[in-house]
Parts: sequence; structure tokens; C-alpha cells
Amino acid sequence: MTKERASPIRTTVLPALILAVALALPFLVPQYYVQFASKVLILGVLAMALNLVVGQGGLVSLCHAAFFGLAGYVLALLSPKYDPASLLLTLPAAVIAAGAVALVIGALALRTRGVYFIMVTLAFGEMLFYLFHDADFAGGSDGAFINAKPELVIAGVRLLDLDKPLVFYFVVLAVTIGAVGLLTMLVRSPFGHALAAARDNERRARALGFPIFRIRLIAFTLSGALAGLAGYFAAIQFGFVAPQMLGWHQSAVALVMVLIGGLSTVTGPLIGALVLLGLEEVLKATFEQWKLIEGIIVIAIVLLLPNGVRQLWPMAVGEADPKPARDDKVAPSPARAPETGHA
Amino acid sequence: MDLITFGVQLLNAVQYGMVLFLVASGLTLVFGILGVINLAHGAFYMLGAYLAYWIALMTGNYLAALVGGVAIAFVLGLALESVFIRWLYGRDHLAQVLLSFGLILVIDEVRQLLFGKDVHSVAPPDWLSGSLQLTDNLSYPVYRLAICVFCLAVAALIFLVITRTKIGMIVRAGAENREMTRVLGIDYDKVNRLVFATGIALAALGGIVTAPISTVYPGMGDGMLILSFVVVVLGGIGSVAGAAIGALLIGFTDTFGKVFFPSVSGMLIYLLMALVLLWRPNGILGRREV
Repeated sequence: MTKERASPIRTTVLPALILAVALALPFLVPQYYVQFASKVLILGVLAMALNLVVGQGGLVSLCHAAFFGLAGYVLALLSPKYDPASLLLTLPAAVIAAGAVALVIGALALRTRGVYFIMVTLAFGEMLFYLFHDADFAGGSDGAFINAKPELVIAGVRLLDLDKPLVFYFVVLAVTIGAVGLLTMLVRSPFGHALAAARDNERRARALGFPIFRIRLIAFTLSGALAGLAGYFAAIQFGFVAPQMLGWHQSAVALVMVLIGGLSTVTGPLIGALVLLGLEEVLKATFEQWKLIEGIIVIAIVLLLPNGVRQLWPMAVGEADPKPARDDKVAPSPARAPETGHA
Repeated sequence: MDLITFGVQLLNAVQYGMVLFLVASGLTLVFGILGVINLAHGAFYMLGAYLAYWIALMTGNYLAALVGGVAIAFVLGLALESVFIRWLYGRDHLAQVLLSFGLILVIDEVRQLLFGKDVHSVAPPDWLSGSLQLTDNLSYPVYRLAICVFCLAVAALIFLVITRTKIGMIVRAGAENREMTRVLGIDYDKVNRLVFATGIALAALGGIVTAPISTVYPGMGDGMLILSFVVVVLGGIGSVAGAAIGALLIGFTDTFGKVFFPSVSGMLIYLLMALVLLWRPNGILGRREV
């Protein structure tokens, strides 16, 4: 979107610096913050997965928490009562289950557009919520415990001990880097461009011969599977799954992360996750009614920072920045405004 | 199932469907006219029920709760429209979703501060608290019948206002083609404010009339929000008649689903929605192009 993106500082130095900080972090801060960082990365992967359909596809989904929670439940259901499950077995099972459900829901929901799509995804997401909430097979509304974390055993050797916060953190970091790589590749591929073309002008993209329904369905399924990957690790971290994990409030929180980080980059939602979870930590420690403050902040961000916290950056360095103010970032995205007009 | 049991279930289905219609018609009006998707709609339903509880507790009079609750919700709707919602016109759906999600968080916490998070019940007015003896061991509460009649009256009023009055004409024209209506000189600032407040009042009204037959609890708005969305998806967005059809369909599906297929009853309405989506993606009365 912006020309200066190509500068070497942005493309190599900054990511390298961030990666170095991420790698050194567990040796610099107390264990509590290592666990917090793992949580940020996990929910960041969920938000990045969601942003593939929201940012690149222009489709506001409110059921991604359902894929996230479903994968967690798959792990809980496949885990033996007291023994650890096999990572090699449960991880693919969880991701495939999330992707398969996303495929079915996507095939139905993508028949609709705009606000219908939001309502339909919300309804199907809640269907899964009530399925796990009302059914007995997974603890009902109480949820289910995962007593032993899954282990990776190859040729009789136990390779990863996910019980150790440090090991868990590095595994999650690797997953996050993998997700960033995959999503960057997707967004830059012809597939990603076609997805964006369908977002910007569906009629024109269709006229150009793109199979829009199929492209969107693939994106939705991949995004659901990736949300499942995040949910699998979330279930491991908490050692517990509950129906709330699938509920639409969780989906909305992921959308807030996407908005805070900005929709136009792959890693933006990761920053959104860091900002929102950091904010929650501070608010929880300070106020009893912290959700009230959080709600007000969410409203303020929507009204004042339609392009996320990155908007604060040019403001903060405004005087020192020789470049003129970038109107394209401050104004609400004109490309998508007409969509709301006809309904 | 004998005829009387069937009749009772039929009444239940209609009563449930009518309450759903009240809430969903508010949602569909707000979307049809303002072009805003309001996720906080369920929160106002919940707020209505708590207001009914609180006013009934203070005054000991359910009718005062009915009138007062609707009035408070209406004024709240006017205020919220002028402070928050009007900034959303023309913004993308994501902004609307997230702003209304923020409103839910705020409303939930304010409710907690004002009324706590306890589960409450509300007594129906004395003259409606009896029940009709149908057979020796089967009776039907008068209050449920009263809900049916009352909701039908409100529905008739909505239809009359929309089809017979000038404001109704503006509302219909706006739902058809907002830009053109604006060009013709209609002042939408006022219309928007009134429609949003009416939508909120209808959601609260749904909560107020439901309060005496169910419990009043913090999470009650969420379930209602999802159901109203399904109603709107079934009927077609912006169509009040569609909302009536969708609401009754869900009322019947849910009530008779619980009787005939108790094990999968929770899934049936979503199955219904999936079928309608396959048949008519824009809803039963929805327009082709959305």
C-alpha cells in the first residue's frame, strides 16, 4: 500500500530485530511473561488466520473461534484419561477437523454476501458452541480437562516436553513463524491477488474469469484450519477446553485484534494480539470492571483509529518525519465503503 | 399426541415466534434503514428484562415496568444513535460489528453495576397470572395467551405504521433505495434516530414480555441475538414481513422439534437455516442482489 514498504529497514532489519527479541525473551523475563508471550502468539495466529478472510478476502467471519475451539476439543477427546496423547496423531487430526468443518460452513455461508455472511457465520459458529455446550460427550457446559500434554515420540525417544513453559514457548514461536511464512506466501501468490481482487470488485473479478466462490472457499478452509492449529496449542496451554472457547465473543475478540493491528499486513494482527492482551493484563490488575474500560477502548478505536494502531505511528513521529502525512491511511478505506450502501 | 396437547404446543410455538418477531423486527428495521448491523441488539433484550425486573420491584406494577422499560430503552436508543451509531453510516461492516461488540461489553458491565449478576424472576400482573384449565391435568397460563395477543397487536401496529403512514413510506423508500430517497430531500438524520430507537425499544419490549415466563439472567441476550439473526437470514434482511415468517418458522421448528426430535432439537433451526440458504441465499422474502 505504501511506497516506503520496500525500504531495507522494514523488510529485513526490523523482522530480524523482532525475531531476536522473541528468541531472547524467555531468558530475560520471569516465567509468567513467557507464558503470557505464548498466549499472545497463539491468539496472534488465530487473528492472523482470521485476517486472511477479513483483510485479504473482505469477508467478516464471526465463527473462527468455533474452529479454534473445535480443534481444542479434538485434542481433549483424543487424549487418554491420564496418559499423554501423541502429537503426531492429534495435531493433524485437530487441524483437519477444523478445516473440514470450515469447508462445510464456508460452502454454505459463502453463498451469501456482506452482512448476511456475518450473520450466517455467527449462527453456524453458535451452533457448534451449543453442540459442545449441550452434549454430554465432552463435559457439557463444564468443559473437559487435558490431564497430560501431548508428546512427540519418534523411535521411542521423547523429543518435546510441552509441560516446560520454555519448550512450549519455542514450539509456539516456531508455529507462529511458520504461519507468518505460509500466510505471506499465500497473500503474495496469484491466489492471494485473486482473493483481493474479489474483495475490491467482485463483479470485475468474476468477469475476468476468476472462480470466486472456489477461491473464497479455499481461503476460508485454510483460514479455519490455521485457526484450528492455534486452538490446538491453546488447549495444550490451558490444559482445559470449555464451550466458551468456541463462542462468538472469542471470535469478536480476534476481530478486535485484527482491527487494532490493521488489516493490510500479515503480521498486523499479531501486534493487535499483543496490544489487546497487554491492555487486558493491565486493566484486569487495575479495575474490577475492566471489561467496561475495554469496551470503551474498543469503541474508541473503531471511531478514531479505523486503520489500527499503526495510525498512531505517523502521528507520533509526525514532526520528525520528512514525508507528508499519508492521507490513504487516515481516511477510512474508500475501496470498501460502497459495500454497505445497497442491502 | 392428542389434539389438546397439540393445541398447547401450537400456542407455545406461536407465542415463542411472536416474541422472536418483536426482537428480530427491530434488528431488521435498523439494518434495512440505517445499513448498520447491530450485534448489541441482544444486549438490549437482556437490558429490557432487567429493567422490567427493577421497575416491577420498585413500583410493584408490571404495567409500569412495561411502559417504563420501553420508554427508557427508546431514550437510550436516541442517545446512542446520536453519540455512536451515526458515525457508522457508510463505514464497513467490520467497524459496525466491532463497535456494537464494544457496546455489548459496556452494557454488560453497566448492567452488572446497576442490577448485579443475579438471576431474577418477574411476576406477571395479577389479572393475568391464572391459568386456563384445559383438561383434568392440563392447564395453560393466561399470561402466555396475553403475550400472543399483545405481540399480535404490536405486529399489527408495526405493519400499519409501515404501510399507512408517511414515516412508514419514508422507511420503505429508504429500504428500497436510500440514496435516491435522500436526493428527494428526506432528512435522514431524524429518521435514522427514530428507527434506531424504535429498534432498541422493540428488543427491550421482547425482553420485558418474556421476563415473567422465563428467568432474567445476564447471558439471555446472546441466545436471543443468534435467534434474531437466524430469523433475519430466513426472512430476508430489511423485510419486516420476512421477519414475521422467519420468526414463526423458528417458533414452530423449535417447539415441535423439542416434542418430536428431542435429541437433536438444538440443531434443527440451524438445519432449517442451511436449507433456506441452499434454496434462497438472500432469505425467503429477500431480494436477489444484496
